[in-house]
Amino acid sequence: MFLLKLLVRNAFRHRLRTLLTIVGITIAILAFGLLRTVVSAWYAGVEASSASRLVTRNAISLIFSLPISYQERLRRMPGVRQVSYANWFGGVYVTEKNFFPNFAIEPRSYLALYPEFVLDPREKEDFFHDRKGAVAGRKLAARFGWKVGDSIPLRGTIYPGSWQFVLRGIYRGAEKSTDENQFFFQWEFLNETLLKTLPRRTNQVGVYILGLANPSLAAQVSREVDATFKNSLAETLTETEKAFQLSFISMTEAIVVAIQIVSFMVIAIIMAVVANTMAMTARERIGEYAVFKSLGFSWWHIAGMIFGESFFITFTGCALGVLLTFPVATAFGKELGSFFPVFQVAPMTLYLDLVAAVVIALIAGLFPAWRATTIKIADGLRRIG
Amino acid sequence: MTDAEALSTPSPIVRLRNVSKSYRRGGQIVPVLEEISFDIAEGEFLALMGPSGSGKSTLLNLIAGIDSVDNGAIMVGGVDITTLSESELAAWRGLNVGFIFQFYNLIPVLTAFENVELPLLLTRLSRKERREHVALALRIVGLDDRMDHRPGQLSGGQQQRVAIARAVVSDPTILVADEPTGDLDRKAAEEILHLMDRLNRESGKTIIMVTHDPRAAEKARTIRHLEKGFLNDVPS
Amino acid sequence: MIPVSYSFRNLWTRRFTTCMTAGGMALVVFVFASVLMLAEGLKKTLIDTGSPDNVIVIRGSAGSEVQSGVERAQAGIVESQPEVAMGSDGSPLLAKELVVLYSLNKRGSDKPANVVIRGIGHQSLALRPQVRLVQGRMPKPGATEIVAGSSIARRFQGGGIGETLRFGMRNWTVVGIFDGGATGFDSEIWGDVDQLMQAFRRPVYSSVIFRLADSSALDRFKERIESDPRLNLDARRETKYYSDQSQAMATFLRILGVALTTIFSLGAMIGAMITMYAAVANRVGEIGALRAIGFQRRSILAAFLLEALFLGLIGGGAGLFLASFMQLVTISTMNWQTFSELAFSFTLTPEICIKSLIFSVVMGFVGGVIPAIRAARMNIVTALRES
Repeated sequence: MFLLKLLVRNAFRHRLRTLLTIVGITIAILAFGLLRTVVSAWYAGVEASSASRLVTRNAISLIFSLPISYQERLRRMPGVRQVSYANWFGGVYVTEKNFFPNFAIEPRSYLALYPEFVLDPREKEDFFHDRKGAVAGRKLAARFGWKVGDSIPLRGTIYPGSWQFVLRGIYRGAEKSTDENQFFFQWEFLNETLLKTLPRRTNQVGVYILGLANPSLAAQVSREVDATFKNSLAETLTETEKAFQLSFISMTEAIVVAIQIVSFMVIAIIMAVVANTMAMTARERIGEYAVFKSLGFSWWHIAGMIFGESFFITFTGCALGVLLTFPVATAFGKELGSFFPVFQVAPMTLYLDLVAAVVIALIAGLFPAWRATTIKIADGLRRIG
Repeated sequence: MTDAEALSTPSPIVRLRNVSKSYRRGGQIVPVLEEISFDIAEGEFLALMGPSGSGKSTLLNLIAGIDSVDNGAIMVGGVDITTLSESELAAWRGLNVGFIFQFYNLIPVLTAFENVELPLLLTRLSRKERREHVALALRIVGLDDRMDHRPGQLSGGQQQRVAIARAVVSDPTILVADEPTGDLDRKAAEEILHLMDRLNRESGKTIIMVTHDPRAAEKARTIRHLEKGFLNDVPS
Repeated sequence: MIPVSYSFRNLWTRRFTTCMTAGGMALVVFVFASVLMLAEGLKKTLIDTGSPDNVIVIRGSAGSEVQSGVERAQAGIVESQPEVAMGSDGSPLLAKELVVLYSLNKRGSDKPANVVIRGIGHQSLALRPQVRLVQGRMPKPGATEIVAGSSIARRFQGGGIGETLRFGMRNWTVVGIFDGGATGFDSEIWGDVDQLMQAFRRPVYSSVIFRLADSSALDRFKERIESDPRLNLDARRETKYYSDQSQAMATFLRILGVALTTIFSLGAMIGAMITMYAAVANRVGEIGALRAIGFQRRSILAAFLLEALFLGLIGGGAGLFLASFMQLVTISTMNWQTFSELAFSFTLTPEICIKSLIFSVVMGFVGGVIPAIRAARMNIVTALRES
């Protein structure tokens, strides 16, 4: 109790300095939290992926497609419960800035495989029965003010032409991590249209999605699928949805790594600032520490006082930073909705905040504590005299 | 001071045997104390005098256990403090030494009461017992009405009285004072010396005081002179 | 005036504090300079990749070569336009190319990256003077042979000379390595366009690239091509094409850089302010004495400001020194717009050096100005008494 009282009073002896230091820590923890949240947003797709789904794509690369005829053969593979397919459409809504993912899908099987896209049963039926129908995620619809029944034009980049869809439903995510920023329409409509304009590109599928009866079969089924199509015109590469998403992220890994490095750098910067504050504080009080020692207090009492103050300042700043992280992250998430459909502060980020605060407080207190505990009392006393 | 009292004092409480101490200053070794041996009896009020640089403060620091000897032994109350480790020494000081400094050295963020309470925090005394001890100590120095003031709100003389209360509150074996009146005006200095005299006579405290103020030395029962690291007198 | 050495020696006297504060600033300047260097590196790569006299023709609204498709007949029409320059051999300086992505694993890992495979014609090399063959030879027409950019040869499995890659049910031998300098071509694999079109079963080209006979003739060409109903093609200068390709990346880097630098510099300025406040507080007596001797308030202000500026400059210099080592680092990442691998290096220019130093001095100034004003406004008598 007594020590705590002393710590708090000491901490506010230089009110301005302590306040500035706390503000500095608050900013650093806030920045750290946001950067970590950006990193976890990067991996949001991986988090949301299911272990019981496999993705089969062309072995050359994603820009190559697979024939629709593979569907039947895939369905007959042992361990495969359900098969659906999708094409990355890459359409642009009005301008390139309005980016969102849009896919041509086989509606019934796709929605069955992705139960996390929750759709009102009536809207679902409407979507199934309208050849030009489409569904959009809740966030996406809110972003452009779309309502069910609206007509939505997309300009094709991969499939030339301008395309008109009618919004038949707005889905919401079953989980917090579900991407509510996507747009789906009927694969049949794409194929029929291509038949008229670009017949050589018809009956092609971007990726097949396989629903497994049992997630533990994933490795075995992947091997068997790829073996089946080995040495055919379109060789396949099958992996779990998680691995598929991860392979995307690993391509932008350099950026993730850079953000991670930078997030640690902000901690290092603030560590220098806090260490400086503590060093100045301890230097000014070296005489007082000598008095404490002369009264019979041991080195660990002195160290306790210095570390206690360091922890008090750091944790006050950390607490403020953590509190601010949530509203700021929410604001950020709104701004960056198109880049990061899921922008949530993960519990892990908060733990890391805490670890960062502990490390800052320890490192900042180390040098002053060492100095204060090792200085000879007689020397310490002489300084004030 | 009466000789009769000085002679009737019992066995020595502080014994110095061949104590040497030197400092390194700018690559040169400067001897401060050389082969000093003498005793201080229990209940003594000793004034150490000498010009600056004579080593009197160093001698005091050695006896108080806040500086270490190069050679020799210092026995205080039967313990050779030169053999104690750093942390043993800290614990020993807490129990056996009360400090009075020239610049009071109170902790500015703590009240008078809390400053006096500091040494007791190292003991096993309960909160209630501590409060009683502190109140008594402050009553002795006549500041029981100022216990909630911070050092900044007290005059120099008052601050020094708080420091004395802090020095005696744990009932130490010896009191050491380094120029206790050095920063005070005449009147405040008189009060402090009177207080120390009372502690010596009424409570039998052993006091060792460094001073170059002859008026302060007058209050002591014994005066010893130090010059260039040697005691150059016989006990008066 | 108070001598400059007064300010400098005071920093030296309090070395630990100076180190910590300047260290914090150095990290901020390091981040600041690194981001600028990255943006510069990206820009340099793009500028070097495109050539202002070259025109690239892709399908309308395709955005990139990968998404594009140009029919053989359409390519023929482009070839016959009068704006196309003639090569020394009398044939048009024009190449009909195929661009596909190939998922290739990096050496020593199973992490894939999308690498560009480009089917080239016989003028392709002539159109890109920045690309040189450094090892082996070019593929023979009609053979399943390829050449790899030096960045591919170094970093990807199967990219080295003599190694093979398998796609389109055939094995392709790497018979040569070319050096594309700091251009995007360095991360590409080239092979004979007709062979690759067969292998990938792509009946159409991705793009047509040609040299303009007259650099200013683009608009005329563009207008004619884009208004031709048979064509639906989009023509752009190559330089513009490549900078359009990385606009998202450039924007991302800029936003990230501005956000990081702003937040970080706040922290560093607070550090500087703490240090300078303490510097003033520790020297109250000194300030009183200097004023008593007869120094003006503005001399005191200048001395403390100078100290803060020095502090910033030390931090800036150290940060820049650290950042200069970043030139050894190459960032390779997927370009979101094209889904293909994009590699670029941190590039330090004199302009970035100057910007960083100015930035560091400004940080020092902002941190030091309030404490310095406080020092200058101090009353002589109180200052002397407090010492």
